[in-house]
Amino acid sequence: MIHSLFLINNAGDLFLEKHWKSVISRSICDYFFEAREKAVEPDNVPPVIRTPHHYLINIYREKIFFVSVIQTEVPPLFVIEFLHRVAETFQDYFGECSETTIKDNVVIVYELLEEMLDNGFPLATESNILKELIRPPTILRSMVNTITGSSNVGETLPTGQLSNIPWRRAGVKYTNNEAYFDVVEEIDAILDKSGTTVFAEIQGVIDACVKLSGMPDLTLSFMNPRLLDDVSFHPCVRYKRWESERVISFIPPDGNFQLMSYHISAQNLVAIPIYVKQNISFFETGSSGRLDITVGPKQTMGKTVECLVVTVHMPKVVLSANLSATQGTYNYDPVTKILLWDIGKLNPQKLPNLKGSLSLQSGAPKPEENPSLNIDLKIQQFAISGLKVNRLDMYGEKYKPFKGVKYVTKAGKFQVRT
Amino acid sequence: MLGMSANSVSYNEQGSVESGVDAAQENSSIPASISSGGAASSLFSADYKKNEDLKEMLESNKESLKLEAMKRIVGLIAKGKNASELFPAVVKNVASKNIELKKLVYVYLVRYAEEQQDLALLSISTFQRALKDPNQLIRASALRVLSSIRVPIIVPIMMLAIKEAATDLSPYVRKTAAHAIQKLFSLDPDQKEHLIEVIEKLLKDKSTLVAGSVVMAFEEVCPDRIDLIHKNYRKLCNLLVDVEEWGQVVIIHMLTRYARTQFVSPWREDAVFDENSEKAFYDSEEERRVDQSKPYIMDPDHRLLLRNTKPLLQSRNTAVVMAVSQLYWHLSPKHELSIITKSLVRLLRSHREVQYIVLQNIATMSIQRKGMFEPFMKSFYVRSTDATHIKTLKLEILTNLANEANISTILREFQTYVKSQDKAFAAATIQAIGCCATNISEVTDTCLNGLVLLLSNRDETVVAESVVVIKKLLQTQPSQHSDIIKHMAKLFDNITVPMARASILWLMGEYCEHVPKIAPDVLRKMAKTFTDEEDIVKLQIVNLAAKLYLTNSKQTKLLTQYILNLGKYDQNYDIRDRTRFIRQLIVPNEKSGALSKYARRILMAPKPAPVLQSAFKDRDRFQLGTLSHTLNSQASGYLELSDWPAVAPDQSVRNVEVVEPVKEAGAPALSKSKPAKSNEKFYSDSEEEEGEEEEGSNSEDSSSSSSEESVRESESEENSNDSNKSSSSQSEKSSSESDSEKKKKTLKNKKLQQQKPDSKDRKQKNGNAVKVESRSESESGSESSSSESSSESRSELDSDSDSGTDQKKNTKPKPVQSKPVIKVEKKEVSLLDLDDFSPAPVTTPKSSILSPNLLSDLQGLLISPTASALQASSPVFVPETSHELLHRMTGKGLSAQYRFTRQPCIYGNSMVSLQLTLSNRTDQALENIHISEKSSTGQNIHRFNAIERLEPQASVTVSMGVDFNDSTQTANFQLCTKEDEFSVSIQPAVGELLLPITMSEADFTKEQGKLVGMNESSATITITPENVSSQSVNRKVVSVANLGVIPSGQENIYRFAGKTVSSGSLVLVSVALKDPDAMITINTEKTVMGSMLLRQVKTALTNSGP
Repeated sequence: MIHSLFLINNAGDLFLEKHWKSVISRSICDYFFEAREKAVEPDNVPPVIRTPHHYLINIYREKIFFVSVIQTEVPPLFVIEFLHRVAETFQDYFGECSETTIKDNVVIVYELLEEMLDNGFPLATESNILKELIRPPTILRSMVNTITGSSNVGETLPTGQLSNIPWRRAGVKYTNNEAYFDVVEEIDAILDKSGTTVFAEIQGVIDACVKLSGMPDLTLSFMNPRLLDDVSFHPCVRYKRWESERVISFIPPDGNFQLMSYHISAQNLVAIPIYVKQNISFFETGSSGRLDITVGPKQTMGKTVECLVVTVHMPKVVLSANLSATQGTYNYDPVTKILLWDIGKLNPQKLPNLKGSLSLQSGAPKPEENPSLNIDLKIQQFAISGLKVNRLDMYGEKYKPFKGVKYVTKAGKFQVRT
Repeated sequence: MLGMSANSVSYNEQGSVESGVDAAQENSSIPASISSGGAASSLFSADYKKNEDLKEMLESNKESLKLEAMKRIVGLIAKGKNASELFPAVVKNVASKNIELKKLVYVYLVRYAEEQQDLALLSISTFQRALKDPNQLIRASALRVLSSIRVPIIVPIMMLAIKEAATDLSPYVRKTAAHAIQKLFSLDPDQKEHLIEVIEKLLKDKSTLVAGSVVMAFEEVCPDRIDLIHKNYRKLCNLLVDVEEWGQVVIIHMLTRYARTQFVSPWREDAVFDENSEKAFYDSEEERRVDQSKPYIMDPDHRLLLRNTKPLLQSRNTAVVMAVSQLYWHLSPKHELSIITKSLVRLLRSHREVQYIVLQNIATMSIQRKGMFEPFMKSFYVRSTDATHIKTLKLEILTNLANEANISTILREFQTYVKSQDKAFAAATIQAIGCCATNISEVTDTCLNGLVLLLSNRDETVVAESVVVIKKLLQTQPSQHSDIIKHMAKLFDNITVPMARASILWLMGEYCEHVPKIAPDVLRKMAKTFTDEEDIVKLQIVNLAAKLYLTNSKQTKLLTQYILNLGKYDQNYDIRDRTRFIRQLIVPNEKSGALSKYARRILMAPKPAPVLQSAFKDRDRFQLGTLSHTLNSQASGYLELSDWPAVAPDQSVRNVEVVEPVKEAGAPALSKSKPAKSNEKFYSDSEEEEGEEEEGSNSEDSSSSSSEESVRESESEENSNDSNKSSSSQSEKSSSESDSEKKKKTLKNKKLQQQKPDSKDRKQKNGNAVKVESRSESESGSESSSSESSSESRSELDSDSDSGTDQKKNTKPKPVQSKPVIKVEKKEVSLLDLDDFSPAPVTTPKSSILSPNLLSDLQGLLISPTASALQASSPVFVPETSHELLHRMTGKGLSAQYRFTRQPCIYGNSMVSLQLTLSNRTDQALENIHISEKSSTGQNIHRFNAIERLEPQASVTVSMGVDFNDSTQTANFQLCTKEDEFSVSIQPAVGELLLPITMSEADFTKEQGKLVGMNESSATITITPENVSSQSVNRKVVSVANLGVIPSGQENIYRFAGKTVSSGSLVLVSVALKDPDAMITINTEKTVMGSMLLRQVKTALTNSGP
């Protein structure tokens, strides 16, 4: 399956290599560099590259290319999914997945990769198991380790590995037993010039942070489970019960995990919390243009829209922008051609407005397409789909846990065409 | 503090070599020998020196220093630096106590062992020792490293270690062994045969931990040995949900391939699908209707696979979802395919790379099945932030989805895309518009007009693309579009893209008759610029000239000659060749007279319009979700998905149960009834499993694997016994707990196979058994028990029913009576052909026992008593009473009576076996007595074989099976003779729908505890005095219902246990005597049956009499 892994940064430096079978020379990456050059943007690099004797499957994440070398037929998603899992594990262990942290923790990275794959086949990818095998670095632990000479490597086989609930380790103990659930919904939408919705759907996830002792068996039920159209679950969730009773019954992993994700499709009407009035025009003569954007609340159910940010990818010919914002700050980066307007909280009484002129490269023809606006926003304590958790019950343990549910609505891929 | 600074130093150095200088400054606290290395200025010597330091550190006594050194070495390896010269120093630490140090040494070893084979051998003994360690983690990691050391000389050691680990008690070690198989195989492919043996052994493993890894090994080593899968197929299907996600992907892909070789295609045109089957799966109520006239009935194993993979569509792992999707795509009936759509669309929210792969697969699917994705069309709308390859794929899919209904929406969407800043994408959109225009004739004109508008676009690529597409479109209907051609001619001067220019020229030439004025003018212009044009444009100029010369030679003769002269001296030989060819063709001269006559026909031949088709058109020749599909070319190691077999291979190869030859003469009408029945079985099976899965499937797989063993034993057994056909075999070895599931399964499977082996089929059957046997290592720890004569068994049955406790021992296999046993002297007995087994002629049809007690006995024997739980037992009491089925008056002389034999039915595990006595009361022989094919009710009936002739005053006894579906609904059918048809019906008493089972008292109470509430019905009665004795209570109850007696430890409580025939639900009856009252309690899931049974037991116990 997976022969080797190369980590390559955005500048094209290969900074880590790991082989699970015979060593493959790093010159294999030349094919990747070739494709990388051709693609211009890192996002455009094809995920699967063919070379005469090998296949390179890569992902691009956090400004790092994870390039894996494959020799024989394998489902490409298998590899892609695994690489993402690797990146997530790094993030989990080191707080972020960046070149520096990987370089700083190269030994742990190596130990992790060794445990995650055996002969190219995934061995342990469950974070609870890995954390028992290799303890994540903390300042305190590295201090203790250096003094006592003890190691980061667990001595016993992770309990989860053998049980039929591999995601949870045994013998968990907390003094404060608590379980938090975050219902996070993202609105994916495309609005057209006139403000009508071309397409909108809701992507939701329930993130959980469960710190409960022992082996708790939890049941989460919703007020309106019918809303959930298409779901996918963490392996811990008993699918049969969901099918029959529409409740989520599970023995949770320890710590943070994503319990489920769901999808409320375009068939249901999706409330769009804001509207955008925009007018971007480029003049035929004079190499200039005008920009005027106003944002206002639409269906917010009385909640405040926060963290409102408007991003505009300007055409290449736009050299600079001379604008004035009634609220928030704007910034135009002439290199990446990105106009970023950070509004903050949306005030329904006084609608934020950004207005001004754009100057274009002289002599160049006026751009044909007006740039589309990408919106970012956040509404606290509110799930736009109306989904509500009804109750959380715990069985199997005696103590009374502290429970909490939080709702948040965000803009996902929210785009306004102009 | 010392250690800590060392730590930071090492990290810095791993970061970059140059930082060595900085590091040296911090190094002061580290032993002097080390700091000197860091201070070295030149890169080269620094490396060299550093390694010297590392060597010293490794050889020191301090554990922490060694660890530090190893960490730095690992850092070097990670950067791809060569650290191989440290090998001797590192290898010394292989036996270190420090587990982290050891692990790092392992990392090093695996990396460099191949280069330093001799030195690597030094470490082998350490691993060999570790393989015996009591800690499973250490055993596993030793095997992992040992097998990762790619040194050919240790192949035998590896082989030995793998064989040993494959039988290890720890599933984790066995998993490691499965991984090691692949490693050894790649190191030495000659070991293949031995490795296959290990794989075979591990495939039988019932641990979910092992399943994925061993299937991976199977795929790598011997993907063609599909025969190894047969016996494990059902187990794998059932385990699948609990296997870890990566294993799931591999298993699903393997099973997809397997299924394509083993089942017949569900895609037949005429196939009508049993929608019920899906429902039956979800409803625990088994309102199953079996329609026997279905033209296609899916193999139950095929269904099992589809059913068990379906929940995985909800997996969070995208690879699993994709794997299930492709499984459904390749295996499911078309109408079930739609369930994968939502899940695939969901994946589109995932990472860019995942989107790419999923979109590719959707593109392939959407060509064949538009309907699947049409409702989700908007999910494929392009965002300006998508990567280019994602955009193109979405466009591809939108094009595929376009139809008359949605084309206007799609075209509007396309209009936005055309204006995109991403010009490559805009060009692709134009192509897409062209595709839509050709595919949907209604919009061809609209598209064409739109494209013409684009010709005045400022962007060159857009214009060029438009021209090319317009050219293709015009080819389909040139006559109406001369203005478009004119318009294009006008634009010609402004278009610089060669491809576009060439396209316009070609159009001019092709349709020069539609634009007679303009074409020569264009040619004139081109003649001027000929030398400056690109090659493809030049070729088209030559073409245009030739065509004009033929159509309008008066105006263009000179121009053509001029151009041909230019072409003659062109630098490109293609153009020179073309020019020469054209000249010979069109300009008449002496030499080429023959061909030039046809010049017009050659050049002006009507050309078929190009077909604009998707790039994904033929992608489905590759299995979806594979690398080959993504690349659209065969990747190495790709395993072709075979076509469906025309005829399904023997499905019994997947049975994991005993195959018993059943001595019965009449060959059942296999062809029709069998699939239907097996279907049945399958669903009743499923219900049990469903309940069980909740509790984790361990019990499940253990049961199947244990039964597997028993198969093997009994099969080899059977084989050896073949000659004398002793009718039963017993294996005492089969172990493991036998819970009800197992029991039922055993029963079912056995029956499945028993349908086949009748005397005619025997030969083939034996062949089978031999084959199976040769594969298995014969663990013949089994012994055969000889059959007892039927008379004996009969007498035993006739004897009192009190024998509940020692039943197991007593009721040895009763030989199956041949059937139909014809009472009239020696008539057709030869037909039966039972050479080895003389049927004891039955004197009175009433008392003959027709169904194979053998079966139930076998079961009792197969599953050893240690495995307590539920065991089917033979009936405690078989009532003699028979019921009238057809009176001789209504039957015109044919009379029929039936009785319940209370035996498990040999025709189907969900059937109730019946014994039918047919008598001829007329003076003439009746011919061809049979049950009509068309069954009027939903029940599944196994008919007896037609009786060819029944002499006057003779009677014959036959057996049949009816599946009552656990309800007392009457079974109606037609009893036919040659001349007549009589409608008859059988109404079963509720007690006959049960099969007795034995269980311990403890189990009984346990099960009873589970079946409370709704499932319990009870009544208090006043018992008649003569019924108070234990004997009479027992007798009363077992005469009412076919229940087994549970030995009771308490004086006044009587317990009985049975299960329903169809669904196998437990029925527990207990009678507690509290003088003078008695409390009857019935516990069963089948509440209706429970209450009916209660009523009957009540009546029985309150009535006096025998």
